[in-house]
Amino acid sequence: MERPNKLQSIAIPLIAVLMALLIGAVIILISGSNPLAAYGALLEGAFGSAKGIARTLEKSTPLIFSGLAVAFAFKAGLFNIGGQGQLLFGALVAGIIGYAVSLPALLHIPLAVLGGCVAGGLYAGLSGWLKTQFGAHEVITTIMLNFIASNITDYVADGPLKDEGIIARLPQIQDSAVLPAIGPVPTGFLLAIVVVFITAWLLDKTTVGYEIQTVGKNPNAAKYAGMKVARTVVLTMFISGLLAGMGGAIETQGVVGRFQPGFNAGLGFEGITIAMLAKTNPYGVIPAALLVGAMQSGASQMQFDAKVAPEIIDVVLGLMLFLVSADMIIRRLIRARGDDDSQPRLSSGWGN
Amino acid sequence: MNKTPILELRGITKQFPGVLANDNIDLTLYQGEIHALLGENGAGKSTLMNILYGLYEPTRGEILVDGKRLALGSPSDAIAAGIGMVHQHFMLVPPFTVTENVILGNEETGAAGRLNTRTAAKQITEISQRYNLEVDPYAIVGDLPVGVQQRVEIIKLLYRNADILIFDEPTAVLTPQEADELVAIMRELVAQGKSIIFITHKLREVLEVADRITVIRRGRMIGSTTPAEADQNKLAEMMVGRAVHLELDKGKATPGETVLAVENLTVNNELAQTAVDDVSFVLREGEVLGLAGVQGNGQTELVEAITGLRRVVRGTITVAGQKATNQSPRKITEMGTAHIPEDRQKHGLVLSYGIDDNLILNTYYQAPFSRAGQRQAQAIQQNAEVLVEKFDVRTPNATAAASTLSGGNQQKVIIARELNRPIKLLIANQPTRGVDVGSIEFIHSQILAQRQAGTAVLLASTELDEILQLSDRIAVMYSGKIMAIVDANKTSKEALGLLMAGVSE
Repeated sequence: MERPNKLQSIAIPLIAVLMALLIGAVIILISGSNPLAAYGALLEGAFGSAKGIARTLEKSTPLIFSGLAVAFAFKAGLFNIGGQGQLLFGALVAGIIGYAVSLPALLHIPLAVLGGCVAGGLYAGLSGWLKTQFGAHEVITTIMLNFIASNITDYVADGPLKDEGIIARLPQIQDSAVLPAIGPVPTGFLLAIVVVFITAWLLDKTTVGYEIQTVGKNPNAAKYAGMKVARTVVLTMFISGLLAGMGGAIETQGVVGRFQPGFNAGLGFEGITIAMLAKTNPYGVIPAALLVGAMQSGASQMQFDAKVAPEIIDVVLGLMLFLVSADMIIRRLIRARGDDDSQPRLSSGWGN
Repeated sequence: MNKTPILELRGITKQFPGVLANDNIDLTLYQGEIHALLGENGAGKSTLMNILYGLYEPTRGEILVDGKRLALGSPSDAIAAGIGMVHQHFMLVPPFTVTENVILGNEETGAAGRLNTRTAAKQITEISQRYNLEVDPYAIVGDLPVGVQQRVEIIKLLYRNADILIFDEPTAVLTPQEADELVAIMRELVAQGKSIIFITHKLREVLEVADRITVIRRGRMIGSTTPAEADQNKLAEMMVGRAVHLELDKGKATPGETVLAVENLTVNNELAQTAVDDVSFVLREGEVLGLAGVQGNGQTELVEAITGLRRVVRGTITVAGQKATNQSPRKITEMGTAHIPEDRQKHGLVLSYGIDDNLILNTYYQAPFSRAGQRQAQAIQQNAEVLVEKFDVRTPNATAAASTLSGGNQQKVIIARELNRPIKLLIANQPTRGVDVGSIEFIHSQILAQRQAGTAVLLASTELDEILQLSDRIAVMYSGKIMAIVDANKTSKEALGLLMAGVSE
């Protein structure tokens, strides 16, 4: 539906990534290490072995979901910062269904994933509803609901449903709920790719997607055209939360094997960086998540071989986010003109 | 007339990325004359004036004031050289008094920074007496009628000793009577030695007040003329570049069944104040009802209530026999209503969408554009190609973003969308605002074609000429009420002007 200058919308994030890596190299140099060796080790750790690749894909999987969640909400002009909370609820509910229900794998796996989806969706839908009913801005409510989610899930893991032993966590999920891996490729990653295609299809090829994008680009015109703006806002938030919740469920079922607080820390927030790197394009989320996943996956190798603190990765990620968001810096550098329209635009603000 | 040039623009050229907004424009303003700058929207009038006012720096060219070169690209130098501008949208602070507004920016302060308004007020009284600009220096600006607010803008310039006054579309917000008063004020100003550049696209006004007329088209100077040498048709031709039919032969109306009935309708504005006050009227098949009035007298709210965009407080609306009171915009559209909205960029279009997606904005969910919830790309594209051709939308292709189109072509997209389905009721609010003369001609003919086909048309416009040309009956709104509904053939501009000002016989 939108036709930005394709080359330019790819060039800007790409240059942002390169510049961030360059600045990161300078910092590594100042801290007394060899940046080439460090990045070499990072690459080696992320892609140098079957195990490394599997780890990279595993790390990327929840990032695809949380990035997709943020990118999707952006299409309706909504800024969902609550991916973290939605992901936690998704992980928790999938964890509960995973251990408390006994079913054949063919039913158990999808049921637990679905439970996580619905949990995340309802939690984000709440923010959408608050916006349309009371004009509460979704940025505020999703941030606040993140805290509530983290405390509720902590409580559940340490209280009523706590596993035996001293660690605050839920019991392990049953084997019938575990998402297996196909060779080095986790099933969750394949699922993530499929979901990306479904999301892109939903946005560009369906009437619901047309409504969502119209509401995002011009809510007044949407109202004039007879679209139900409030319903679209709630629906968009629901789907966005559903994507984040699915990421949480797959993390529980495919990686951690149970719900355990702390294992999902930050995954929801990385989604914002990834959505921005992807310029909110669903397909762009895949390379963006792979990039971030690879950097996290190779960080320990980098620390081992090049004696560079893994925190440098966070610095580089922060720089990427900064350069992509403040893309005027790069536009100046490459003399790109005008607005390419893929830059996320937020709806006019408080309520409707 | 004194023949000393007070202002000379020589070879002004302004190149924007991809657009040559001004191409080697020469303009000479003599002292004591009213010089009209005539051109369509987007012809480059605003760019030229912004260069003169120092807001833009020209690519080439020079400006001389009193024979001295003016430093370019500096508003403060322009002001110091005696150039002042009355903007189309007033730059006033409504809760301040007239005096406070006038001195804003060069306040005189006494001891300890105390504001000294008394001497300023005295000066303002002097200015208003000298130039016949009646205004109370202690009145709150927000309480003043629009015409008087405009006088405050003029006084502001005179207080700053401006000798060259630029009026940017000054009559757009005025009633015909206020416009006449403004003309008198402009004549008084030039009689006392001021010089005026008058920017407009209204041909009649130009012929009435200007001493000389310069026409620009697509950034180029087409020529200069005088009211004695030119008439409306000639000026229109210079503006557009081809012959334009200004007079319409609309034929006799044959009103049929009632399509729209509004009874005792009351609607509030955003501030919960009554905007439409107990309004009733009917509209029949095959007739055009003009809704005249100065902007802000409830026309917007009335149209929004009928189209479902605004809640009705009291009263009923019936469209084609069905209850339309507080129904959703979609329901009302499905009753056979088409709506050309007042603000095409706010309501009528999604600017970043292509023409194709804008053309299905309110039918996207129906066949053939949607089947089983899926968009039908081929049908959407075909529809766009057919309508672009049929409604003469000037664009390289049917997928170009609406934001790349000119105002007139954007409006054609909306009209194509609204008129290309079976409709019983057409509600057109300011259908030609900010649109070039060529497109106005086209839009008017489309509206009349609808009337011929039996559609009931409600035409809201602040342009009296437009209302008089197209309407069969005219309802005049003032302060939320319909003052009167008159036969278009048996009324005059003057009579309508009085009604618009709230005076009823």
